[in-house]
Order: sequence, then structure tokens, then C-alpha cells
Amino acid sequence: MDTIYFTKDHEYIAVEGSTATVGITDYAQSQLGDVVYVELPEIGTKLDQEDEACIVESVKVASEIYAPAGGTVIGANEALNDNPALINEDPMEEGWIYKLELSDAGDLDALLDEEAYQDYVQSLS
Amino acid sequence: MTVKRTALYDLHIRHHAKMVEFAGYEMPIQYQGMGVMAEHLHTRAEVGVFDVSHMGQIFISGETDPANRLERIIPSALKTQKIGAMRYTVLLNDDGGIIDDLIVTRLSETSFYIVINAARITQDIPRLQSVLMDTDTLHHDQERILIALQGPKAEAIVTKLFPGAQDLKFMTSRSDDQNIISRCGYTGEDGFELSIPIAQMDSVLDNIFAFPEAKLIGLGARDSLRLEAGLCLYGHDLNDTLSPVEAGLSWVIQKQRRESADFCGAERILTELKEGTKTRRISLLPEGRAPIREGVEIQNIDGQTIGRVTSGTYSPCLEKPIAMAYVKADHAKIGTDVNVLLRGKSLPAKIAQMPFIESKTKKG
Repeated sequence: MDTIYFTKDHEYIAVEGSTATVGITDYAQSQLGDVVYVELPEIGTKLDQEDEACIVESVKVASEIYAPAGGTVIGANEALNDNPALINEDPMEEGWIYKLELSDAGDLDALLDEEAYQDYVQSLS
Repeated sequence: MTVKRTALYDLHIRHHAKMVEFAGYEMPIQYQGMGVMAEHLHTRAEVGVFDVSHMGQIFISGETDPANRLERIIPSALKTQKIGAMRYTVLLNDDGGIIDDLIVTRLSETSFYIVINAARITQDIPRLQSVLMDTDTLHHDQERILIALQGPKAEAIVTKLFPGAQDLKFMTSRSDDQNIISRCGYTGEDGFELSIPIAQMDSVLDNIFAFPEAKLIGLGARDSLRLEAGLCLYGHDLNDTLSPVEAGLSWVIQKQRRESADFCGAERILTELKEGTKTRRISLLPEGRAPIREGVEIQNIDGQTIGRVTSGTYSPCLEKPIAMAYVKADHAKIGTDVNVLLRGKSLPAKIAQMPFIESKTKKG
């Protein structure tokens, strides 16, 4: 069973043991609008917490997506190359962006749990 | 400086627009339930309604025809422009640089209606005034809205509201003491722009939105629509150092104006017409899916810098990225292979035909 954490930049990280799946939240995709391109991180890239990990582009803008926690990129969602709209349709499942091998589980302490994140999103509206 | 609102602000909020600041105005970038992509495609398939009331609506009239004066800073043939005819043209500085791009409509033998960019109002008005006489008047009318209806179903709606509008050809307009109905637009579609007193706007808007296919469209789709149509956006594709020749707009300068050569910057512009320019505005078709945006460097296949992107987006109709750019003239030929430098990577692109989509305007 994985545990999901969130950032105030609207990324999520679903952690299972020492590996994690990263994407953007439903709120993030709704703010961004139709995703037309995702520049995936390369496998093997080492990221520190809050490093720029990849780019998600809508018709209008390019948005940087930051690493919620440090680690090494061990997978990327190649399905997004042909169908970037998966991020809009199903951001938490089919629209995941990349997988990390975590370098320091302590990074997760700084993140929000689901309830705290939902409260945060509420506070924005 | 406080951010201004157009008279349609409440309408945008009722339609759950996402509002952003644009040229000093709080404007809708997109609407909830639609979004840039859906708004773009809806305009091409049906009809989009755009609030462009932020644009400056300028009325100039004189005891004698002000065309003589205006032709000093506008290189188009205004003296011979017929009543109701509209011209897309440019306002020039003393060096022949473009202060703004604008649409000039002749309303009568002694008056013009000029629509200018919101972001350039404070530059344009003094420039226009500088050539006018004491007996001329310039009025920046802020008691009017300006809305655009664009797309294949625009004609049916506008004709219902203003019978006879279907007879207008592209770039012509008619006016009465209240309204100015113009057949023009910024999307490459057939369409109209309606200039209406704020006092009368409610009934006009009610009549428009009685048509379920009439949907509000935000600035996001306005930008992708105009880019597909190969139309310039001031401050991005045009600025006051660029001449109309570099910008690929030399067609706005009619033959008689080239012969009379009596406008600001004529010496530079005529030399450029004869000898060519160092750089030119072009369309760019990047390969792959990554949008290439403003500021991206363009290199020739040998790796030398030849230019820069001035506007770029993802084309909802072509389903691939498109861009506008300035490159050195010897690389401006359609079909030339180039590279674009995106986030440290070199990606292939081609100089392309402009516009990216076929124009649907109602030519005479």
C-alpha cells in the first residue's frame, strides 16, 4: 500500500517502500489546462528535493515540475509522449510522470498529507 | 496603477472566466468548462465571442480630411480610402519603426475610426495628435464596448442583430449614429467586430447569447487562433525598432505612397524595399511535439545563430507546435532546415508557409 504526499507546488508523490511515483494533482491540471507536451526526465537523473524535474506544457505556458523528494529517476511515463492529455484525464493514475528511487525518506517529512493539501487548495480559492 | 476592467467584466465572472492582467486590464484568459483548446476549436467550427473592449477606439475628425495629416505617420493610402473601407496598417516613428499596428476605417469624408492596441494607447495618442491641426479633434471613446464574433456561424448571428451585415465584404464596415459593424477579425475566420455604446450593450449581448453556439472565448485561444492565421501581436512580433518591411508588412504601403515617399521613415523603408532587409519575419514549423516559445534561439544547420522566436504555441488545429520568428534574410526561404535551441537541446524545424491555416475571410 502506498502513501501519498503533496507539495504546495501541486505535485504528488506516491511512496511504496523506497520507490515513489510522481505527478501533478488534479488541481494543478485544472489550473494548467490542456496539456500538449511533457518533457520527461531522463532515467538515471539524480534529483535533489525541489530540483526542476521536468516540464509540462499547455497551449499557453510551460510549467516546471519540481522533485517533491530527492532521488534517482528510475522510470518515466512514455505513454505521455503520444498522449499528454492523460495528465488532464487521470493525473493520479494513468497520468503519472516519473518514478524515483528515494535517496532520503526524511525529505517526505516536509510534505503535506492529503488532508493538509486539500485544506491548502481550499485556502487558494 | 490600478488595473482596469471592461464593461463586460461581470459577464466574464458569471461565465467563470479565469482573469489575468493584460495591458493594464483584467481580462479573461479562458473560461471554466471550455479551456484554450476547446475555445480555439469552437471558434473554427462554430462561433466565438471575444471581448476586445480593452483596445483603444479612437475617433479623429476635422474640418478638412485629416488623411493628409495622418499619412505622415501612417504609410497607407488614406486619402483615397473610401467611406466604410478598412485598412490594416502601422503607425510609424521618425525612423520608420512600428509604434503600433492598427486598423483604420474611414467613417466620412472628414473622419476616421482607428482601433489600436491597449498596451500602446499612451504611445499612439500623442503620436496621432502630433500631426493633427487645431481644427481636428481626437476622441478616445471609453464609453463603447468592442466585441468580435469570429467563425463560420458569425454571419448568421450578426445579420440577425444587424440586418444587411451579410453584404459587408472583408475589411469593410458600416456605421450609424450608434454602432460600427466591421467585417474583420484576428483569427483567420470570417467574422465581425461590433463597436457599441455601453448604454446599449445589454440588449446586443442578450441577442448574441440567445444563440447557444455563441460562446465566450478568452485571450488564450485568441493568441493561438491569431498565430495559426499568421497575424502579428505587437510587443512580440512587432516593436518600434522593426520596420514594416522587416515585419513582412510592406503590403500595407500602397504604390502611390511609395512614389510620394512622404511619410516618416520613408528613406529607410524605400531603401529596404529596394535592397531588402537583414532580417525577416517568418513562420516556423518545429518537428516533434515540444512547443517552441518566444525567445528561443534559431540556428542554421551549421550551428550559427540566425534569429529568435517571437511567438510560439501549440496549434490545436494542426496538432503540433507552430511559431513566428525573425531570421537572417538569407535563411528565410520557405523549406529551409534550421535548428531551435530548447532548454539546451537542439531540435529540428523548418521555415514554413504563412499562414498555417487557410484563411476563411469573406473576400470580395
